[in-house]
Amino acid sequence: MNKKRLSLLTLSTLFFIVLSACGQADPAPGDTGGGAGDGTGGGEEAVIDFMHLWPAGSSPDHHRIVSEIIAEFEDANPGITVNMDVLENEQYKNQLQIISSSNQLPDVGMTWPAGFMQPYVRGNRFASLEDILEDDFRESFVAGTREAYEIDGTTYALPLELNIAPVFYNQAIFEEYGLEAPETQEEFLNVIDTLVDNGVTPIALGNRDRWTGSMWYMYYADRLGGNALTEAIERSGTFEDPGLIAAADEITNLVERDAFIRGFNGLSDQEAKSEFMNGNAAMYLIGSWDLPNYTTNEDVPQEFRDNIGFFKFPTVDGQGSIDSWVGGPGVGLFVSEASDVKEEAKEFVRFFVERWGDQAVEDAGVIPGTQVNTAEVDLPDLFIEVLDELNNATDITLFADVQMSAGVAETHLTLIQRLFGLEVSPEDFAREHEEALQEEGGPQADGDAEESAPDEEEGATDEEEVEESTQDEEEVDEDAESEE
Amino acid sequence: MDKVMSDKKVIILYILPAFLLLIVLVYVPIVLTGYYGLTRWDGIGEREFIGLANYTRLMSDGMFWRSAYHSFLLAVFSLLSLIGYLIISMVLAGKIKGADLFRKIYLIPMLLSSVAIAQLWMRIYHPTNGVLNRFLTSIGVDNPPLWLADTNIVLFAIFIPIIWQYAGFYILIYYAALKNVPNELVEAAKIDGATPWQIGYKIKLPLISGVIKVTIVLAVVGSLKYFDLIYVMTDGGPNGASEVMASYMYKQAFRTYNFGYGSAVGFFLLVLSLVVTWLIRKATTSKEDEVQY
Repeated sequence: MNKKRLSLLTLSTLFFIVLSACGQADPAPGDTGGGAGDGTGGGEEAVIDFMHLWPAGSSPDHHRIVSEIIAEFEDANPGITVNMDVLENEQYKNQLQIISSSNQLPDVGMTWPAGFMQPYVRGNRFASLEDILEDDFRESFVAGTREAYEIDGTTYALPLELNIAPVFYNQAIFEEYGLEAPETQEEFLNVIDTLVDNGVTPIALGNRDRWTGSMWYMYYADRLGGNALTEAIERSGTFEDPGLIAAADEITNLVERDAFIRGFNGLSDQEAKSEFMNGNAAMYLIGSWDLPNYTTNEDVPQEFRDNIGFFKFPTVDGQGSIDSWVGGPGVGLFVSEASDVKEEAKEFVRFFVERWGDQAVEDAGVIPGTQVNTAEVDLPDLFIEVLDELNNATDITLFADVQMSAGVAETHLTLIQRLFGLEVSPEDFAREHEEALQEEGGPQADGDAEESAPDEEEGATDEEEVEESTQDEEEVDEDAESEE
Repeated sequence: MDKVMSDKKVIILYILPAFLLLIVLVYVPIVLTGYYGLTRWDGIGEREFIGLANYTRLMSDGMFWRSAYHSFLLAVFSLLSLIGYLIISMVLAGKIKGADLFRKIYLIPMLLSSVAIAQLWMRIYHPTNGVLNRFLTSIGVDNPPLWLADTNIVLFAIFIPIIWQYAGFYILIYYAALKNVPNELVEAAKIDGATPWQIGYKIKLPLISGVIKVTIVLAVVGSLKYFDLIYVMTDGGPNGASEVMASYMYKQAFRTYNFGYGSAVGFFLLVLSLVVTWLIRKATTSKEDEVQY
């Protein structure tokens, strides 16, 4: 047998064996800590297992700050030791899924907001963090960021990162053709047409990754449909809202004007970025996580960095607020429900989030989920401008694929690629979203994949819903039972 | 030594490690996958037994059948490419000058990892800076194809590196088999006045038919479960135009958290591969009996 195929087979088999081994293991809560007893805190010995995704190799700044904060925490709390376990992003995601299936999550770990968390919260894997949010700590987060980790009114994780998506543009190219940063859709289309006429690629877009195209759609949906998108996802509205269809129409319009780089549906975001960084495209819509590339990153030529500015996504026909952003929190910290050092772990999370907010921006170029006083930090101008915009933001719409449950997000992302490829009409684009959302039966049931598998029996579904709600909120428990 | 090897305990001792590893690493997971395929499970929470519901869904899942069709196309292309490999190896085995060098050239892609090959071909296919489109533009093609972005051609654009990737492997197998053909038979045929064409077709080919049979199974089964280049180069896109069964399984299990359904897809894929292997063996058995020597 071919060696490569064989090794792939072995790899996937290994995957399944790991999974199955975990599945077989007895879900023994309290297996994870390995530390001392019941966690009454104080001077007692306790070990907190902490899993994060910033290896020293690929994210040296992040890794250093994390280690410093841990050292500080251990100094301040004698008797508590924090054990780090570090994995790369993709491995981290897989590992989290695998160990949680046998209820062996670390005491503290990282999660992504909204849709990603849902299966974990429904499976009762994450602990509520409401008790450490009782004082003004709750107010220290940028509006809308903590809420992204909230499910049915309970906070299950606290944000470390926050990103908004500005349109970065190459000022040298704009100057060459006498263009200015657009504020309305007309000006924006004018910029595009001028660039196309002069043989310059207006926009770098790597839509093989699909979430990149989704951001463009999100902005038009926000400008033309207001809250329609969020309402559609929450099932208080429909996706066949005229605003959402019009937004899809704007995308079609841009594609037909050749606004995007050739072959964007086959390019990865990295490839598109390199086109922008090489000056082959004039504009690039990306999250503020990319700011270091245009400010502090010494590997990028100074001349290029000086040329980069950003503008806020234009308003369309006077609709929408220019201060409304698409963005959202990145990773946040959760505490495992099965942890036997829960109290210490929660203390650690709080300590970490507070200290992280102070250090992240200056040292690692990460915008934290907590508010930053721009007068006090020492940062490049472009950074300060973005942070100021963040403080002025009227609204931040969470990335659609993060808001949605995994199943619907996959449908959404595929439809985005089809929309950009002009393979689906705006109307059908909206209709197919609506169908996928309906099939999932709203955010109550999603993430569990249960709606996608055929289930004819009404009774079974009801039972599940009861079961779920009891997991979510204990107060509901009694009501649900009496209903039964 | 003979004494030792006839001792049953020793035999068991020698067989056991590999046997246990196989059981634990291959057969147990297969059985478990089969079981997971009968459940509704997000890979995290509780498993719920739902019988054959996943398979009913599979039967009417348009996207799955589309990816199955793509896998099938890949199998057909791999089979066709086998003919090409066979011809090349016949030429190489025919004592031409530099055969050794060519053999090495053909083998090199095999030494590269799949991800490296994917990266290489992504550069080649890049819509504006790619080697291929630069060349096409320079000879006056105005709108060169968007290889990996065009839903009509992306599948075939990926087949080429896949076939290129395995060329060395099959050529090496055929070359070795052809070298094993007894020289006396070829000499005898020459004396009897056979043309090179007749020697190839009537003598060498039947003698290596056993090897050919194995490569057919390898190519077909390998194609059915093919995953790596597609995952790296297009991730099944755009719009599922290059999705194959294995990448669809991965997406279901690890991206959309339909672990139960993903397992069902995987198990179906396994059964399909077994059935196809059996069919190929059955279809080629009679031939084998004729040419056994």
